[in-house]
Amino acid sequence: MAMQSNSGMPSKDFQNLLDRVHEVGRETVAVFADDVDEKARFPKESFEVFKAEKWLSCYVPQELGGMNMTIKQVCTMCEVLGGYCASTAMIFAMHQIQVACIANHCGDSEYFNQFLRDLVDKQYLLASATTEIGVGGDLRTSQCALQVDGDSFQIEKQAPVISYAKAADAIMVTCRRNENSNPGDQVQVLVFAKDYTLDQLADWDTMGFRGTCSEGFVLKGSGDVSQVQPAPFGEILEQTMHPVAHLTWSSLWLGLAQDAVKRARVTVSGIARKDPGVTPISAYRLTEVDEQLYLMRSGLYQAIDEYQEKLDLQDASAFQDFAYAIRVNNVKLRSSEMLVDIISKSLFIVGISGYKNNSKNSLCRHIRDAYGAAIMVNNDRIRGHNATMHIALRNR
Amino acid sequence: MYSSKIREILARHSRLDLDFQALDETTDLYATGLTSLTTVNIMLAIEDEFDIEFPDSKLNRMTFQSIESLVEVVEELVA
Repeated sequence: MAMQSNSGMPSKDFQNLLDRVHEVGRETVAVFADDVDEKARFPKESFEVFKAEKWLSCYVPQELGGMNMTIKQVCTMCEVLGGYCASTAMIFAMHQIQVACIANHCGDSEYFNQFLRDLVDKQYLLASATTEIGVGGDLRTSQCALQVDGDSFQIEKQAPVISYAKAADAIMVTCRRNENSNPGDQVQVLVFAKDYTLDQLADWDTMGFRGTCSEGFVLKGSGDVSQVQPAPFGEILEQTMHPVAHLTWSSLWLGLAQDAVKRARVTVSGIARKDPGVTPISAYRLTEVDEQLYLMRSGLYQAIDEYQEKLDLQDASAFQDFAYAIRVNNVKLRSSEMLVDIISKSLFIVGISGYKNNSKNSLCRHIRDAYGAAIMVNNDRIRGHNATMHIALRNR
Repeated sequence: MYSSKIREILARHSRLDLDFQALDETTDLYATGLTSLTTVNIMLAIEDEFDIEFPDSKLNRMTFQSIESLVEVVEELVA
């Protein structure tokens, strides 16, 4: 199936947009970040602005009314937002992953092309129900299945996690094609808020990423069979969901890391100013943490460029080799673990004002959010996949 | 002629409860439940059986998609 690849928002327009993202970041996202974190609530104020700015359709192609951004541009938005509030940026990223799953794979589907137009118009917020209770974290296996009856379907899914489910306008559900299908024969189906109920199974009271509201639910929904994505889920996962997830998440984590290092930098110049002419020890510490930041950024930017190159080839087979899948995993593995290290080092540089919750240079929420990166999806699960694929590879 | 041996290897290593002798050669093996781990085991068994080595360019989903695609690749590598 031919893949969609946006040519991108023109460079000058995108720079202007980024200025606006920074403005919104300072005036709205950052302002509510502490309350979102404290109450583990959805950042509704920020999303009201995002919708007014039409940013939820930034990845929708131009011909359907969207901003036509490239993946690289979407990742840059995630990076900027990550510096203001990791939870808000994570919700934004997760929404964009779902938009990409549709935009990259809907092909000629009249239904999904129209849905994307509606998304531009109404700024629908999309959530995802991918994992399933009883399956572990394996995305390529589903137990629940579509119950198809003529042109309509019903679906019931026990989802351990559906992030921001109650705030979403629609949810993309991963399930077996029908009740006779094998566990690996999966599809993704779009279900609308008016057509599903959510019975809470698990709450979300965590160390970090508290605003993502990643509660567990039993989802019971229905719809028309045209709401089923035409491409097999295995293809969508391999070509879009997996790489776009790792790249957008790593981008917002980079933004979070950069903000932490910025606070460390402010501290160091404050110290240096008191004793000009002497390079304080903390400046050496800053140098060390900046080296780590450099590595984290380089690995990510290289992977984003590689993904964009593959998208531009519009050749589905470009995504199918083990070596590429390993690299996509490496980005998530390294970014998530370096994130904790970078923020820890920054905290040691900033010192007591970083350790306090209510200070200008606080790094408390940063470090709490940072640990979530390696836990959701668990890094050792991902390493397991890489380990298996490495057995087969000879050269890299 | 490779088809029969390949079907045997799939039966032994795929961890799937299917009749591989009867399976249509174009059936999508990933849809039936093939995973990256079982793909690697199958690959190693095929290499041993036919005394070939899969180059990195052949280590992808397309090769392991179906019995037909596996036969094609083995024919190419044995030649």
